[in-house]
Amino acid sequence: MDGKRLDTISERVDAAAVSAPDSIEDELELSTVRHRPEGLEQLEAQTRFSRKELQILYRGFKNECPSGVVNEDTFKEIYAQFFPQGDASTYAHFLFNAFDTDHNGSLSFEDFVMGLSILLRGTVQEKLNWAFNLYDINKDGYITKEEMLDIMKAIYDMMGKCTYPVLKEETPRQHVEVFFQKMDKNKDGVVTIDEFIDCCQNDENIMRSMHIFENVL
Amino acid sequence: MATGTAAWLPFARAAAIGWMPVASCPMPLAPRDNSKKKDELIMLNVSGRRFQTWRTTLDRYPDTLLGSSEKDFFYNEEAKEYFFDRDPDVFRSILNFYRTGKLHYPRQECISAYDEELTFFGIIPEIIGDCCYEEYKDRKRENLERLQDDQEDNKDMKLPNMTIRETMWRAFENPHTSTMALVFYYVTGFFIAISVITNVVETVPCGATPHHKNMPCGERYTVAFFCMDTACVMIFTVEYLLRLFAAPSRYRFMRSVMSIIDVVAILPYYIGLVMSNNEDVSGAFVTLRVFRVFRIFKFSRHSQGLRILGYTLKSCASELGFLLFSLTMAIIIFATVMFYAEKGSSSSKFTSIPASFWYTIVTMTTLGYGDMVPKTIAGKIFGSICSLSGVLVIALPVPVIVSNFSRIYHQNQRADKRRAQKVQKTRQARIRIAKSGSANAFLASKHHGLLNELLELTGTEEDEQKLIRNTSLLESQHHHLLHCLEKTTAHEFVDEHMFEQNCLEEALQSYPSRSPSVSSQGSCTICCCGSRRHPDPRVPRGPLQELSALHIQSNHRQPANLHLRSNLNLRAEDGSRVNCKGGQVTTAIISLPSPPSLAPHREASPSKGIAPNWCEVRS
Repeated sequence: MDGKRLDTISERVDAAAVSAPDSIEDELELSTVRHRPEGLEQLEAQTRFSRKELQILYRGFKNECPSGVVNEDTFKEIYAQFFPQGDASTYAHFLFNAFDTDHNGSLSFEDFVMGLSILLRGTVQEKLNWAFNLYDINKDGYITKEEMLDIMKAIYDMMGKCTYPVLKEETPRQHVEVFFQKMDKNKDGVVTIDEFIDCCQNDENIMRSMHIFENVL
Repeated sequence: MATGTAAWLPFARAAAIGWMPVASCPMPLAPRDNSKKKDELIMLNVSGRRFQTWRTTLDRYPDTLLGSSEKDFFYNEEAKEYFFDRDPDVFRSILNFYRTGKLHYPRQECISAYDEELTFFGIIPEIIGDCCYEEYKDRKRENLERLQDDQEDNKDMKLPNMTIRETMWRAFENPHTSTMALVFYYVTGFFIAISVITNVVETVPCGATPHHKNMPCGERYTVAFFCMDTACVMIFTVEYLLRLFAAPSRYRFMRSVMSIIDVVAILPYYIGLVMSNNEDVSGAFVTLRVFRVFRIFKFSRHSQGLRILGYTLKSCASELGFLLFSLTMAIIIFATVMFYAEKGSSSSKFTSIPASFWYTIVTMTTLGYGDMVPKTIAGKIFGSICSLSGVLVIALPVPVIVSNFSRIYHQNQRADKRRAQKVQKTRQARIRIAKSGSANAFLASKHHGLLNELLELTGTEEDEQKLIRNTSLLESQHHHLLHCLEKTTAHEFVDEHMFEQNCLEEALQSYPSRSPSVSSQGSCTICCCGSRRHPDPRVPRGPLQELSALHIQSNHRQPANLHLRSNLNLRAEDGSRVNCKGGQVTTAIISLPSPPSLAPHREASPSKGIAPNWCEVRS
């Protein structure tokens, strides 16, 4: 992302030290990476949040991750706290990839707030786009049955073991079949973005549920 | 709500949009944030020192004093602040807990003062972070011991209704409980001393008399010594038998070290009695007398320090083992070297390698008797190396043993370590319970939400007020999130107990024709307005006597399918009609016929989505 400034001491070490071995430099770099986000005005312009909301969001974010970035393991831990009965790590992995738009392995405040802006304040089109992006694991523009199955299994994993009715092996697969029956209009085995958006816009339930989280912040 | 992730809840809820296209049912409504308070700074005045923080920071932990409405009791209207008449230094740690999610224990604080503050502010001490928890527990344990010591001084009153056996055992274990016990204690101590001194004096040569040559006193005054010995053994036997009688667990007593020492101390006497002056075995008999020296170990009951020494040696077994092992290695090496070095010299005392062991040991421990000395130059060189290395090898493990001893001497409690293990387990258990409380809270709130709805519908005011539960906004938002997940997957969370019951029933029923879960059929025709499904309609569940009101939407796919839960037990009233808002539901108490008779019923219906134990009722 443009404008990221990484504070590292390694530059100063380079200037001062004569012959520090490489491993020490690497260690120093790792331990002092800190990330400062862009200015408040820029973020205000790029997202649909007000200044106050950005302040609140950043305070919470920085409190949880003092270094300013979230790596995948921390992310999984945080997400797992909301689903104590099941295993949320797979779904958290997919979520992480969906939020980490520049794919650098860590989630900065900009990624975080961009994603939230789409999800909470975006148009229905944008939200559906985001959901499509989440399901499309390899980001090739098509949702295949395998990708959907992975996502479905991840969602069902979050339910855990103690459910009613008892979760069976083939439940995710059957759910995927239902999904494809609904979405895949030309029956070519993959769902494209247009099929997806079309179908969702025609479905009342989905349209309604897209709006329930609008007052989250 | 789990600790410290309140900041991420909006994120988790937003991410739930990813489930929406996948779900087939509509989602429940989100709880409204009615308070709509702007995030404001709160002023906390603790004994004059002012702290400020955001309101949302405090709201993270709604079950503590500062996070709940309990702090309103401390609100000072004129100054518009919350005033607490407590210690400001400890308050720092407590406020930091809200800020960072980690509770630290400041080392310079008194443990009981800190505990009191934690209790006042409603924070459980188990949340203390790992960095400070050891210290906290150690201090707490010391404090507890101090209290116990104080109490023990008052505890020496006679407890009523103790049997003779118990009194005796108590007297044996704590000599200062009664005068009798004290007398007994000193008498046995005296006789142990007598016995040891007798054994020693027995061997001293007593001086020549006209008709006896110089012989040890034992042989001169045989009768006297024999009487003394008998008396001592008599006392020891009586003591042993009394202890055996009084012991709460005889088997355990007999296995204990002290009792073995007692037995070993008195056995030689009896064996000697049994064996007469038979010449053959008298040699063995004499050897047995050596064991009389073990009587000196009986002193360990009288001396705490001796017991600690014994315990130290036992606990340093690994260091001692290492010492022994390294010494053995060095001895063998140097003995071999010395033997081969001295082989050349004539009249060398180093006749074999085992013979050289003696030289090596004496040299390495820097004794240097001088009965064996190397004569060759090579021998002398290696001999000096040997003595130098001996100093090193012995000096290394000894400080470890010494420090061990001093540590144990100061701590002085082995039982406390065992207690600490248990405490660790209970700590983990308590944290686990607090965390799983969030899972159970969701299930519990579902019950309450359901009941609330029912009572709204039936409209009895008092019942409604009884049941309205005070969940915080955070909790209700979290529960809404979990509810959305349930809707997406069309499965419900149940607790473990219920889950196992369900599994058992499924195993028992094992119908071949049992249809798979409804969600997989695709014709998800059941939509609930926030109500919970009754787990098994056939079997009435005792604890879950609640009404499930089904709001049935006419499904656009299969209009003929109206499913109704059967066998409902109303909590408030029996058999009344309930009008769901805008719904077409009649709840009735229907006892299901046995499943086989449902089979034809099921075949008759065209839909695939009916589980065999549901029957259709049209409203």
